Amino acid sequence: MREVYLDNYAATPLPPEVKEAMLPYLGDRYGNPSSLHSRGDSAREAVEEARDKVAALIGANAEEVIFTSNGTEANNLAVKGITAGSRRKGRHIVVSAVEHFSVLHAARSLEKQGYELTLVPVDEYGLIDLDELAAAIDEDTVLVSVMAANGEVGTIQPVKEAAGIAAGREVPFHTDAIAAAGTVPLDVGELGVSALSLSSDLIYGPQGVGALWLKRGLRVIPLLDGGVQEGGRRGGTENVAGIVGMGRAAELAAQNMAARSARLAELRDALIAGLPEKVAHLYLTGHPSQRLPWNASFAVEFIEGEGMLLFLDQRGVAVSSGSACTSRALKGSHVLTACGIPAERAQGSILFSFGLQNTMEDVDYVLEVFPPIVDRLRQMSPLYAKYLKERG
Amino acid sequence: MAQYSDEVMDHFTNPRNVGEIEDADGVGEVGNPVCGDMMTFYVKVGEDERLEDVKFKTFGCGAAIAVSSMVSEMAKGKTVDEAMRISRDDVAKELGGLPKQKMHCSNLGADALHLAIEDYRSKKGN
Ligand code: FES
Repeated sequence: MREVYLDNYAATPLPPEVKEAMLPYLGDRYGNPSSLHSRGDSAREAVEEARDKVAALIGANAEEVIFTSNGTEANNLAVKGITAGSRRKGRHIVVSAVEHFSVLHAARSLEKQGYELTLVPVDEYGLIDLDELAAAIDEDTVLVSVMAANGEVGTIQPVKEAAGIAAGREVPFHTDAIAAAGTVPLDVGELGVSALSLSSDLIYGPQGVGALWLKRGLRVIPLLDGGVQEGGRRGGTENVAGIVGMGRAAELAAQNMAARSARLAELRDALIAGLPEKVAHLYLTGHPSQRLPWNASFAVEFIEGEGMLLFLDQRGVAVSSGSACTSRALKGSHVLTACGIPAERAQGSILFSFGLQNTMEDVDYVLEVFPPIVDRLRQMSPLYAKYLKERG
Repeated sequence: MAQYSDEVMDHFTNPRNVGEIEDADGVGEVGNPVCGDMMTFYVKVGEDERLEDVKFKTFGCGAAIAVSSMVSEMAKGKTVDEAMRISRDDVAKELGGLPKQKMHCSNLGADALHLAIEDYRSKKGN
């Protein structure tokens, strides 16, 4: 059976160049970057070289990049570490309503500790309301966090404008660029942000590595106390092989970004144009044009996401869904809710996330196998029956 | 999908008794309070109070569809009294078990069937 992997937002295949770069550090080039002997030196050099490459991807200084164990840790360090660092200045934080859980739940956890939290709403396309953002910031605000792009619905946020608003009020601005990195050009100076999170696996690096860029002078209290690794801001022996992999991945991403994005956008656009022709009552979620090149997300009316996912899996197609039934918490996606999508329709959420390995044949295959699956599930759906009856 | 038993996957992939009964003797509809899904059961009652036909429509996850299918099979041919005694546990057992977070779906099927039978009884009573 044909295998069509369209869940690249969850995990991406590791390019051979990246794997090759990592292998020596999983083999005979073992060593701890903190050691003073030659093995330590060579491990340290490898980590620093990777740091240069990651910094180059976002136009940053290498000394300002901290490696973490994943994107979630980078976001937690930003949200909790920066607020803790400015505890005496204030106790209010502002984040967008569509942030990833690693920002949103970190903010919620601060709220439980007595911080005040303001969520900035988004419009139907998932774009944040800049006026509301400006209105939310007050004397007590110590952090604003707005993601560069949302991976679930693909919407690219006006980060530069949002950061400008925060800068005007002298409030640190963090952006979670995990979904955007690798396909959207990011330059920390040009964006005017003060902190930016990255995850290795979304730029075709290995899982289990992330990075947080912190503008010089911005105080952060570590989450992990330990040795003086990462300038004392993140204790713990470095994941050398993983970091080397992320460095190589960042280098490839920087070199090939325009070509990669164009190719992915072509696949995305073919699916976004083709599906509505074959499936009625299908809605694109997220922004129609300000959109990540790899993201094609829809809400399919009258049916539920897990059914689609299971039937697609039987045809060799891997996707994900934001429906309540597919989430372990059995709650609908907060992103779709924030976009004002009614709960019933959000139950039919489906995300096709493209990756470098996908081809136009994959799109054609989905266009062939998906419509009958929708029909089949609609035949079982009482909501569809109701709709047909009402329509007459 | 490793989370489901073969029995669940079989009923999900080839659900039995999907549809509506135009001249049903009873209809039962339940909504899933946990995740907002829906299930409708239709029953046709024949001689000796036996369920001659049972059909359903379901808007919900794979487990919800499999549960509906299994309940419809279990109920068909039983008397209404017997069918009222089909419990959620029976259904889950027949399906070879359900993942923990999907146990609430197994409630839906039996609930909708029982509502359809109650609907039949109340209509008959009038
Ligand atoms: S119907 Fe929602 S989890 Fe089963």
